[in-house]
Amino acid sequence: MDRRKIEEGLFKALMIASTLIILSSLVLILTTVIVKGVPAMNLAMITQTPKGGFYLGKEGGILNAIVGSLYLATGATFLAILISLPVVLYLNVYAKKSSRIITFTRFSLDVLWGVPSIVYGAFGFTIMLFFGLRGSLLGGIIAVALLVLPIMTRAMDEVIRMVPKELLEASYSLGATRLETALKVVVRQALPGILTAVLIAFGRGIGDAASVIFTAGFSDFIPYSLLRPAATLPLAIFFQLGTPFPEVQDRAYASALILTVIILIISIASRILTRRFTRHVVK
Amino acid sequence: MGMGFKTHISVQNLNVFYRKQQALKNITIDIPDKKIIAIIGPSGCGKTTLLKSFNRLIDSVDGIRVSGKVLVDGENIFDPKIDVTRIRKKMGLLAQSPTPLPMSIYDNVAYGPRIHGLKDKKELDRIVEHYLKESSLWDEVKDRLHTPASRISVGQQQRLCLARGLAVEPEIILADEPTSALDPKSSQRIERSFLRLKNEYTTIIVTHILRQAKRLADYVVFLYCGELIEHGPATNVFENPKEEMTREYIKGVIS
Repeated sequence: MDRRKIEEGLFKALMIASTLIILSSLVLILTTVIVKGVPAMNLAMITQTPKGGFYLGKEGGILNAIVGSLYLATGATFLAILISLPVVLYLNVYAKKSSRIITFTRFSLDVLWGVPSIVYGAFGFTIMLFFGLRGSLLGGIIAVALLVLPIMTRAMDEVIRMVPKELLEASYSLGATRLETALKVVVRQALPGILTAVLIAFGRGIGDAASVIFTAGFSDFIPYSLLRPAATLPLAIFFQLGTPFPEVQDRAYASALILTVIILIISIASRILTRRFTRHVVK
Repeated sequence: MGMGFKTHISVQNLNVFYRKQQALKNITIDIPDKKIIAIIGPSGCGKTTLLKSFNRLIDSVDGIRVSGKVLVDGENIFDPKIDVTRIRKKMGLLAQSPTPLPMSIYDNVAYGPRIHGLKDKKELDRIVEHYLKESSLWDEVKDRLHTPASRISVGQQQRLCLARGLAVEPEIILADEPTSALDPKSSQRIERSFLRLKNEYTTIIVTHILRQAKRLADYVVFLYCGELIEHGPATNVFENPKEEMTREYIKGVIS
């Protein structure tokens, strides 16, 4: 009796401690970014491109990296949707439940999920060399799309798997084809989850530095073509932190603050959108 | 088949296997036209399998193997050359628990006609109204046709599913224990709809509620462990069963 009480108390304490660690790391990260970033923050940071070289620059802003990152993450997300949606619809609507392809595909995606992003960067770089591409927005988009593809696909797969079989049967029994059923019933039912998957992938893509370091290059200018190099926020932070000048290092925290705010806006937007799209979902 | 019935569906030597297990054993039966047919028998004896083989929904089950024929209007639906969607369009399905599609009440009913190519808004409006009236749901939902179907009660959802099934103008209604998730009042409304519609459609109901079968059926099919034990006009099967097993099932000795 006593032993069990101690056990109970001990585990409760451990769980509370773990929860506190999570909460405090969030608070600490945000505080660091805010405390160090806010003093270096000014309107020029988000409205101007750098003056005097991107990592020596003590003047101007990082609009090049903000726009570059948004372009890149948006492009990569769209490219990834184009591939992952057909994959999950195939896995869940077309393929036979017992087929080996399903197991093998899910396994491959899990493995790809675990591949470090620098490897995607290196892989993307090899492909680019093969096609004779230089570091460019397009190269970055491809590398980041590869990086977020397994994340997006698996997240979509999990929600589409939850669509009740009876819903598919209801659609089939009205004479619908599999394609009609997939697009009009399955996607609609899983829409909130699909949206969450897309935004998770976007958030992951916009924050990654290693996959873009070789593939997207960096520039002082807002990219005006897919074939031009593009600056990205994570790399801007990396370069700014790497300078010997304290003023520029402080600007790195301002850049980090901007990146954090963008990701925060996306998470909040995804919450709101998810709620909106649950309207028609059948419980 | 005698007794003045016209055959609508003719099942000939139908065998269905799930992997190694045989779910239906050599079923041969003629399903009469424009009657209510009740498939009765204990749980897990193949009632649903038989029902779902009529519109080939069993196709999507893994490891399924079928032999024999099912002729609908004289056409073998298991013929590999057949267009499954055309066969399914001939039959409306009511599942055990209501399955509203993730869209509005209106779009649920319009779903079938739309996938079969109807675009005219006025015609769709007319169809939606007509079939919601047929399933006696219209008065309850006419002011909120564009609210999500998941918001109405379970009983209303089942009537919506009936309207949705009727909207593709089927010849046959397949119902798999259609009242098992419903309260008594909603069940009664569904039963009444079946009785009202029975001169226009061939209605096949799977049920394990004997009293329901007695209330509705013109013709009864009794399955036991995948085998067809007895079939015939309801009065014959219920009042004067030929087989000992049927008698025992009806009396409640076996279940």
